[in-house]
Amino acid sequence: MAVLNVNTTRMELTRLKKQLSTALKGHKLLKDKRDELMRQFLDMIRETKTLREQVEEGLNTVNSDFVLASSVMSKEALDTALLAPKQEVYLEQSTRNVMSVDIPIYHINTRTAEESDIFSYGFASTSFELDDAVSGLSELLPLMLELAEKEKSVKLMADDIEKTRRRVNALEHVLIPRYQETIHFISMKLEENERSSRARLMKVKDMMIEQQIEYKHTHPDAV
Amino acid sequence: MVKIAVLGDTESIKGFAAVGLDIYPCDKDSDAEEIFSKVVTADYGIIYVTERLVPTLKRQIDKTDKQLTPSVVPIVGVSGNNGTGTAALKAAVEKAVGSDIIFNK
Repeated sequence: MAVLNVNTTRMELTRLKKQLSTALKGHKLLKDKRDELMRQFLDMIRETKTLREQVEEGLNTVNSDFVLASSVMSKEALDTALLAPKQEVYLEQSTRNVMSVDIPIYHINTRTAEESDIFSYGFASTSFELDDAVSGLSELLPLMLELAEKEKSVKLMADDIEKTRRRVNALEHVLIPRYQETIHFISMKLEENERSSRARLMKVKDMMIEQQIEYKHTHPDAV
Repeated sequence: MVKIAVLGDTESIKGFAAVGLDIYPCDKDSDAEEIFSKVVTADYGIIYVTERLVPTLKRQIDKTDKQLTPSVVPIVGVSGNNGTGTAALKAAVEKAVGSDIIFNK
């Protein structure tokens, strides 16, 4: 592995050691975040799956009711009945924070106070299949809302899990080993320096002793 | 306070008008992109799109997936189910887990 390009000094060593401990802390935290997100994601996706199946089944029934209604009524009559709605739906949005991922929460408000006040037509000129279809659809609406909320959350969480996993892997397999190796490299280098300076000192001492001995030989009567 | 939009072929989405959602009929696939980009920039919290249009709008829908709003949800229309609704969830699972462990039946 690559060793970082740094000065082999004691100061650099302490700095790197500090960075390594931060990286280790960060790695642990991110790993915990990833695991918890994954757990919540799996719960959420299972719920979303059943919800989607329910909604699809419901919509299929509603659609077939509509097809029936349109076969009984003329297209114009059906359009007049449906396209001038009495009810209006407003959406109130708020967010919830799950492991630093913002996920939406939806809440619907209807224009008229009575939520079941949905039939925008007189009953005389319309068929009962249409009533079934419209009331079925309005019953399905809360489920569809929940589905929208859950699907969005699932997508946002999947995005964040991917991001977090990349970070964890980058720390685990690149950054931390690199720091460790550089720290090892610097401490080896410092030890080596120490040894070489000790060797030098010993050499100097030897030379000094030799000089003294030589001096004593040439000047035997010196004190 | 925002509203909810429904995008799709007239037959499939007519009913949603009655329950109070805003409908955007789109019978030709070629119009879909234009209508969708109009709806996305308008103030809608949720956009339901019939599954038939989803493949045409894939690129634009993917763009919204990264944002908090709007939430684009595929729904079944009268022409039936082509599986694009679950495909999006499947993709999310694959992204998060690495392989699909929920929908692989």
